[in-house]
Amino acid sequence: MMAEAGLAALWLAGALAALQLVMAAMAVARDRAEVVAAVRPVAIVQGVLALLAMAALVWVFLDSDMSVKLVVENSHSAKPWIYKFAGAWGNHEGSMLLWVTILGLAGGAVAIFERSLPERTLIATLGAQAAIALGFYAFLLFSSNPFARIVPAPADGLGLNPLLQDPGLAFHPPTLYTGYVGLSVAFSFAVGALVTRDVGPAFARAMRPWVLIAWIFLTLGITAGSYWAYYELGWGGWWFWDPVENASLMPWLAATALLHSVTVLATRDGLRAWTIMLAVVAFSMSMIGTFLVRSGILTSVHAFAVDPERGAFILALLALYIGGALALFAGRIGTVRAGTTFDPVSREGGLVANNLLLSVILGIVLIGTLYPIVAAGFGVQLSVGPPFFNKAAGPIALLLVAVMAVGPLLRWRRDDVRAVILRAAGPIVAAVLVALALLPIWPGLLPWAGLSLAAGLAVASVAPLWKRNLRRTPLFTYGMVLAHLGIAVSLAGMASDSAFTKETLVAVRAGEAARVGPYTVTLDGITPVIGENWSALEARLTARRGDGSRILRPQLRFFANPPTNTNESAILTVLDGQLYTVLGQPDGQGRWQLRLWWKPFVTLIWLGGAMIAIGGLLSLLGRVRRERRVALRESWA
Amino acid sequence: MKAKHQRLTLALLALAAVVIAGLLALSALKDQAAFFYAPSDVRRDGLPLGRAVRLGGMVEGGSIKRAADGVTVHFVVTDGQATTPVVFAGIVPDLFREKSGVVAEGQFQPNGSFVASNLLAKHDEKYMPPEMAGKMHETKTLK
Repeated sequence: MMAEAGLAALWLAGALAALQLVMAAMAVARDRAEVVAAVRPVAIVQGVLALLAMAALVWVFLDSDMSVKLVVENSHSAKPWIYKFAGAWGNHEGSMLLWVTILGLAGGAVAIFERSLPERTLIATLGAQAAIALGFYAFLLFSSNPFARIVPAPADGLGLNPLLQDPGLAFHPPTLYTGYVGLSVAFSFAVGALVTRDVGPAFARAMRPWVLIAWIFLTLGITAGSYWAYYELGWGGWWFWDPVENASLMPWLAATALLHSVTVLATRDGLRAWTIMLAVVAFSMSMIGTFLVRSGILTSVHAFAVDPERGAFILALLALYIGGALALFAGRIGTVRAGTTFDPVSREGGLVANNLLLSVILGIVLIGTLYPIVAAGFGVQLSVGPPFFNKAAGPIALLLVAVMAVGPLLRWRRDDVRAVILRAAGPIVAAVLVALALLPIWPGLLPWAGLSLAAGLAVASVAPLWKRNLRRTPLFTYGMVLAHLGIAVSLAGMASDSAFTKETLVAVRAGEAARVGPYTVTLDGITPVIGENWSALEARLTARRGDGSRILRPQLRFFANPPTNTNESAILTVLDGQLYTVLGQPDGQGRWQLRLWWKPFVTLIWLGGAMIAIGGLLSLLGRVRRERRVALRESWA
Repeated sequence: MKAKHQRLTLALLALAAVVIAGLLALSALKDQAAFFYAPSDVRRDGLPLGRAVRLGGMVEGGSIKRAADGVTVHFVVTDGQATTPVVFAGIVPDLFREKSGVVAEGQFQPNGSFVASNLLAKHDEKYMPPEMAGKMHETKTLK
């Protein structure tokens, strides 16, 4: 019953999206007042219906309704409830439904909260949003129905890939999708503004919070995804340049560029066409991300569908949306007036440099990710791996960090080169000091440059607070400071991890010890353990450092449904780093393989990620508060 | 500078950035394009020495030997036409077994053997690296 209700809600939501599109087109073309008034409510109801459909899917998963095909294929009645819950989107159909649900809710939120845009531009924006949603509803209803029944219903399900049975999975996709979908809102704003020829600071101020929200969620999603891969896969690495990771990194790079250019447009009325272009590019990247992950072109833990028809469907949607937006862009951009000009040495100039460098990195990641796919089309099998990305994108990323350090020290409109150098003296001194201090223990060129730049960036990030009245400094300035500082912290963590990690690989008997970094790790013994839907062999390790000792328990897990083994690492986090332990196979002579890593300051990577996201949140709060204050003042005047 | 000129400059800069990205990517790709090797590729193209590459194929039946230290594994990768002996020190993935697919990351040695720093055979039992699937397909049609 619940499955039918969900399917009905989905059909209704799809029909409303079509209605919303038609009404918006009528309203914009003919300016009919009664139609204008109806667009907002339709957008809200459409969002609610999509949410109901998603709720129905979660219900059938929690209920383990084995007459629903999707549940049979991706769940098992013996699974912990949290994974039944997460299982609702741990598969192709469910994740696409989640996508469109967030899209519908975002459209509803725009309809409820957006008051600063001119009515016509808003209606055009909601129309564009409906057009995007419509494609995805069609996709779900015609090629990926999540509520399809199976007859006869089997006694139990096939289970969920154990690698995905992790709390990380429960929250990772919704976070990332909110980011993707936030960019679709920015895209719709750009289309709306192009349709009504209304590109200007007011439009940029309206779009900025949505870009910020998308960016915050993408940052959180990437950070959490990186940590998840780090502890769950047991490889001790935090970034693999896997195409699926790139699929989330590319929209983030574009959103970061957009976030900075939209600020120029909002505050200085510059970079009009460029900002519109970036909004189109950013959404294209989230569509390409969706396409890569969902098309079955990639074989990875994350890629569920292996059905070329679905890939073709998403590719067609991609071509339609991006092609349509670019055509609109080409047709209308001539009518967008040029914004105000600025000096090359200025805050605007710095932001342009930031945008260009981000675009270069984006281009490199895009080429590296798509090249093997294109090559496969020509019958050439190859894969592009970390050496390519590190070599091509690494130096540009470090250059970007340097620009990032100087940017906030520049004044708007125009600045004096000598004054800038004087202001940058502190950061430069910090970078040089760290660079010199590292020379005796030479960590390698990239880590050396990374650590020095991180020190310079850290000092430069807090410089905008120098000699300011801290209580009167606006919240969004704190946001920027914290986000930039977060990049410095993350960079320091990455450089430290790649330069100073110690690894030990041994086979030991119970009672024997191994050394790694400052730790001596003893294998006390192996015991069998039974979990909710798995059994395991668990090692008890005593890690000693100085006087203190701690116990770690890495496991080898066996899952029955589907039959799989996984390695559960055990990680000890201390102030100056992490001790990462993995239990391997027995060698048949009473010895067990142990893999131990000592990773100094590796936690800074994710701490920095969290700081970046919180910085974004502070910015968002600061902007929203200021807009509200301005709106209040205007309503009184 | 007039607004029009500034727009033109920005457009040119953006174009330059894209070109730089392309050139950088291409130059790096030229080194890395042949990143994935099957044993028979080596026979055809020669040994890629001094570079980190991936070697893919099937683990030959009966070829897995564990060394006395308990952590080093010797095995042979085959693509049906040629074979490459591989040495790997580490914890083998859960799904690493004889007659199943494997991708090894590491370096070829001058004697034609391969020292792996990482083995990819993770994922579920249905998983086959895409490059692998392609290689096996090729091998079958050639037979």
